[in-house]
Amino acid sequence: MQHDAYRAMWERLDLDLPAHDGLLQVLGKFYGDIYMSQQGRLQGMEYLDFVLSEVHGLRIQELQEAKAQGRKVIGTFCVFVPEEITLAAGAIHVGLCAGAEAGTELAEQLVPRNTCALIKSFIGFKLARLCPFTQSCDLVVGETTCDGKKKAYEAFAEHVPMLVLEVPQQKQSCDRELWKAEVLRYKAEVEALTGQTITAQSLAAAIRTVNARRRVLQRLGALRAASPAPISGRDALLINQVSFYDDPVRFAGAISTLCDQMEARVAAGEGVAPADTPRLVLSGCPMAVPNWKLPYVVESAGAVIVGEESCIGTRNTRDLVDESGTTVEEMIDAIVDRYLRIDCACFTPNSERMDNVVDLARAQKADGVLQYTLLFCQPYGHESMKLARRLEAEGIPSLAIETDYSMEDVEQLKTRVEAFVEMLRSRRG
Amino acid sequence: MAEIVALGIDVGSRSMELVALDAQAAVVDSARLPTTFHPVAQLAALLAGRTAPMVTATGYGRELVAQVVPAAVATITEITAYALGAAVCAPKARTILDIGGQDTKAIRLDAAGQVLKFEMNDRCAAGTGKFLEHMATVFQIPVEEFGVFALGGQEGVRINAMCTVFAETEATSLMAQGHRPEDIALALHASVCQRTASMLGRVGLTPPLLFAGGVARNPCMVRLVEKFTGVSPIIPKDPDTVGALGAAHHAWRRWASSARSAS
Repeated sequence: MQHDAYRAMWERLDLDLPAHDGLLQVLGKFYGDIYMSQQGRLQGMEYLDFVLSEVHGLRIQELQEAKAQGRKVIGTFCVFVPEEITLAAGAIHVGLCAGAEAGTELAEQLVPRNTCALIKSFIGFKLARLCPFTQSCDLVVGETTCDGKKKAYEAFAEHVPMLVLEVPQQKQSCDRELWKAEVLRYKAEVEALTGQTITAQSLAAAIRTVNARRRVLQRLGALRAASPAPISGRDALLINQVSFYDDPVRFAGAISTLCDQMEARVAAGEGVAPADTPRLVLSGCPMAVPNWKLPYVVESAGAVIVGEESCIGTRNTRDLVDESGTTVEEMIDAIVDRYLRIDCACFTPNSERMDNVVDLARAQKADGVLQYTLLFCQPYGHESMKLARRLEAEGIPSLAIETDYSMEDVEQLKTRVEAFVEMLRSRRG
Repeated sequence: MAEIVALGIDVGSRSMELVALDAQAAVVDSARLPTTFHPVAQLAALLAGRTAPMVTATGYGRELVAQVVPAAVATITEITAYALGAAVCAPKARTILDIGGQDTKAIRLDAAGQVLKFEMNDRCAAGTGKFLEHMATVFQIPVEEFGVFALGGQEGVRINAMCTVFAETEATSLMAQGHRPEDIALALHASVCQRTASMLGRVGLTPPLLFAGGVARNPCMVRLVEKFTGVSPIIPKDPDTVGALGAAHHAWRRWASSARSAS
């Protein structure tokens, strides 16, 4: 990483430079251990290596250049914030840092200790001045997907310009009305922030841009149904993670090229692991960059991950916005409907998620499902028990893992995951 | 002594065990030592020069065995090792409960002895042998006698905390209130057993139940497991070595198949 060239920029963004240097160093080593050590990686992953190495560098510089030209940067933590509206108003939409232990002690001064690692992380990144994305934001958009986040945003609002959208908890007609009102409120806020009025033309273009990115990720997902698996789960997760940071058009182009390489690999019957490698679907809480602990443990235990049922995975890419609308009103309705199909555990009863996990496991020819729940995440913790029963009834083996971002439980995780993989192998006989 | 063809070694958090098998898969030798903070040195002492064509290691220190044994070492997790061990010492068992030093495991097996489902405690050692060991120290009773002591207790006192430190606080405040130490000891055993029973419930306890691990030597725990689950557990002759026995059979199978392919 060419850190020196960016130091002045980081200084202007008021980052804690020594602590940030430390973070980049740890990240670089972590990335080397988990990613660069892989055998038989696709050539197209070099693009991801580059983007990740420049995630706090070149990408931030791009954001600063866009800001200098009058564009606004909007940061989010959740797939519920309608990106189409951000883009239609000429703003940039980015996911914010929330995947590593950072500033935990500072965060615990704002939120209770028994708060999930993801929330503590985004607060810690801000308070410890470690996230150049958060520092670049003209607006941070939160959402009421869980009590932890909802209350954390109250505290967070004292540190960043904050807007909180209300996500309904059910999917009845009155909930749709509420959600539509929130989408319209978001539209008005973004228009006021950018000084640009969203037109049918700009909204249609934004819908096509975001759909194009979803389509290429869908294509990537479909290719992973092949046996042997053409790409590691770690690499696929990284691609999904980077989709939240990178320019959407450039990203879709690069991943499309990568998918071409995967297609050739599948046609040649080649893969990253032997065909008899147990295949797993990961399901549950989001894994934000650089939360690669569990995928690394899984793939080191001799299994391969073939799908992520997660916000950083199929929950973000499964549904497209209908492109047939011609007026802003029609397109807003299409956006409202698409986002309400998200099967987040914040909804009740959310039985469609159970079906979606089963469908994904079958489509990817998975031998089992590994449920991943962040410690103290009530919504996914509850659904983990419900999903385990459903998977058992469907004859799909599953293992539930509860963990956080610390590395102290790696040995215990290894034992559980290895035992699960041994169990799947012996079932195959 | 008959020629040793397979060795199974279980390196647990508190103790390590070794089981040696001959060509007929009969146990011809076994040994046990505490793990301590110097597991590699302890492993060398445990092996005492023993070796075999096939060695399988299990337990949390399974990766360490390759540093000590000259032969190629295969590793399996405790879950698989206990399933294999149960197939030898209690072939009809459909559920295994293992309460060891730092882990509690519940494993459900199918009729062929294959693992169907398992649960393990998380990183906290509450509800494990370590918890009982700590509490025995608080009571100033040798851990081996703690179960017998608790059997003398009467029901009526409850310990609610799941954390070792909080449970100790509860125990001391119960003592300050004048409760009999035997009753408090019984309550501590019951709190461990409650967790164990819910773990067994989650895997779908199907009898017969094999109760293995060092804590199976504790008569109070055996009685409470029976009381909480309604199932009378099978206690193997040597509950600590079920994992090592399973690992030894894993090694023996590898030896037998290599012997077959060589002939």
